[in-house]
Amino acid sequence: MARRYLLDFEKPLVELEKQIEQIRELARDSEVDVSQQLLQLETLATRRREEIFRALTPAQKIQVARHPHRPSTLDFIQMFCEDWIELHGDRRGSDDQALIGGVGRIGQRAVMLIGHQKGRDTKENVARNFGMATPGGYRKALRFMEHADRFNLPIITFVDTPGAYAGLLAEEQGQGEAIAVNLREMFRLRVPVIATVIGEGGSGGALGIGVADRLLMFEHSVYTVASPEACASILWRDAGKAPEAAAALKITGQDLLSLGVVDEVLPEPAGGNNWAPLQAGEVLQEAIERNLDDLSSLSFDRLREARYKKFRAMGRVLESNTSDRGLTA
Amino acid sequence: MSLFDWFADRRKGQFVGKVAQENEESDGLWVKCPECGQVVYRKDLIANANVCKNCGHHNRIYSEERIALIADQGSFQTIDQELSPTDPLGFKDRRTYADRLRESQANTGLKDGVVTGICTVEKIPMALAVMDFRFMGGSMGSVVGEKITRLIEQATSRSLPILIVCASGGARMQEGMLSLMQMAKISGALQRHREVGLLYMPLLTHPTTGGVTASFAMLGDLILAEPKALIGFAGRRVIEQTLREKLPENFQTAEYLQEHGFVDTIVPRTQLRKTLEKLLRLHGNEPKGATKK
Repeated sequence: MARRYLLDFEKPLVELEKQIEQIRELARDSEVDVSQQLLQLETLATRRREEIFRALTPAQKIQVARHPHRPSTLDFIQMFCEDWIELHGDRRGSDDQALIGGVGRIGQRAVMLIGHQKGRDTKENVARNFGMATPGGYRKALRFMEHADRFNLPIITFVDTPGAYAGLLAEEQGQGEAIAVNLREMFRLRVPVIATVIGEGGSGGALGIGVADRLLMFEHSVYTVASPEACASILWRDAGKAPEAAAALKITGQDLLSLGVVDEVLPEPAGGNNWAPLQAGEVLQEAIERNLDDLSSLSFDRLREARYKKFRAMGRVLESNTSDRGLTA
Repeated sequence: MSLFDWFADRRKGQFVGKVAQENEESDGLWVKCPECGQVVYRKDLIANANVCKNCGHHNRIYSEERIALIADQGSFQTIDQELSPTDPLGFKDRRTYADRLRESQANTGLKDGVVTGICTVEKIPMALAVMDFRFMGGSMGSVVGEKITRLIEQATSRSLPILIVCASGGARMQEGMLSLMQMAKISGALQRHREVGLLYMPLLTHPTTGGVTASFAMLGDLILAEPKALIGFAGRRVIEQTLREKLPENFQTAEYLQEHGFVDTIVPRTQLRKTLEKLLRLHGNEPKGATKK
């Protein structure tokens, strides 16, 4: 069996898998029929995995969302995108490797694909800055989106970042301005935009490519206003309270569906997308194509109007002292 | 002998009783500048827009005072004054969000962290939003987002220019993702305001950070800032941790941002009204009742 990167709550499964392996070896050297026991143990392992992943806490979901083998933007693109050509550069002097994009085909449609890209190992993570994009990355993404708008290519974005890069250079180059302009300009786009949180959605750095007509989210992905670690150290004055903060912040797909932030939660195989990446690819491709079918019937103007209304409705306020009005429908 | 020495001497003498009594209340007659240490008569400081006459230090001011400094006297008409926050997540850290809200409301007399309305500046009509840092650090939750969005929409439909006075620690974590989405909502409303050719100016005051910087603070047609105001996306400590080196002396000040191309003009508070009037008129906004030819 290939070595896996294990999360702490997956440890009970390891014992079962070891037992299965031992029985198999035993069977090889003897005449004893073990098929019954094997089947029993394998069923048990599957059931335990399902149980564990059904009951993940928000803090555990963060671990799954950050799993180093979770399919990344480029993994998904390779799984279901034909004729892919990566494009480079913000035309202002940089080509951020943490935010990538290019053109390709999903099904019959030519599309623009843009996403945060983390690395698989330390070396690649250094090059890709752990998926934390610079202002240049957001400006490159905007250039791609404007290009897509001009050539009528629907825009598919993949959100997977701990947050926008926080550093001296990022401040000097205007990280805030870069994200802000993306937020504003995404409302101007006349082509459909579908965003999917495939891993971590870290605050403004995620939103910078996330103003979409449809926001999809994988079952074990998370989307946060601030990292639970930062939130815990500010509000609890104790970074160790991150699990409590993760629960309080309501960061899971189900929570965000009920708050009206997310449109659809995509199911993951038991064990998470890293367990069966190809299956995850099929799920995402189907969802993207279905949502594109829906959106492509709308005229430019109606699409923009609907996008505005969608975000316009977000938030909860009390209109007067008497009536509680949820802005969300 | 500096003014402070003089002041200290006088305290020993005949005024002791009176000054001590005044100081027991939070509003003393005299105020010491936190920047240069100069002691000045409180009334003089207020008359100078809370700017130290000696060193130019801009003391923090809040919504009522800010509005009084900008709007023609009696011209400010608030909108959505009754809009108030809920606790959509049932959030609790060391204290409950509901509790923090009640406390901020009691301390400020405000429902939430922004005051919005329509006013005139030298008779020129303008939409005005003023964030109030006293209210949970000016953090942006649903109410701040909704009030600013409604103001922008009203300005768009009435063809008014907008000034938003920013002062914020960023998104309000206690409302989770709903807070983050206010950044998008406001930016969308600004896109429509911009599309019809109207003028939008943020005024960045101390401090303007986080989600506010990454949305409407940086979306001005013209971006104004107060001298020495702290303006930034990420917190200084976070950056120091990643860099492990000293940051420049003036890092994330208004002056630093101007050097790097993100602020059009730094406006001392005492010249704010005059500057606004000039900019508004230069961009085709005329006083109300001016005869059209």
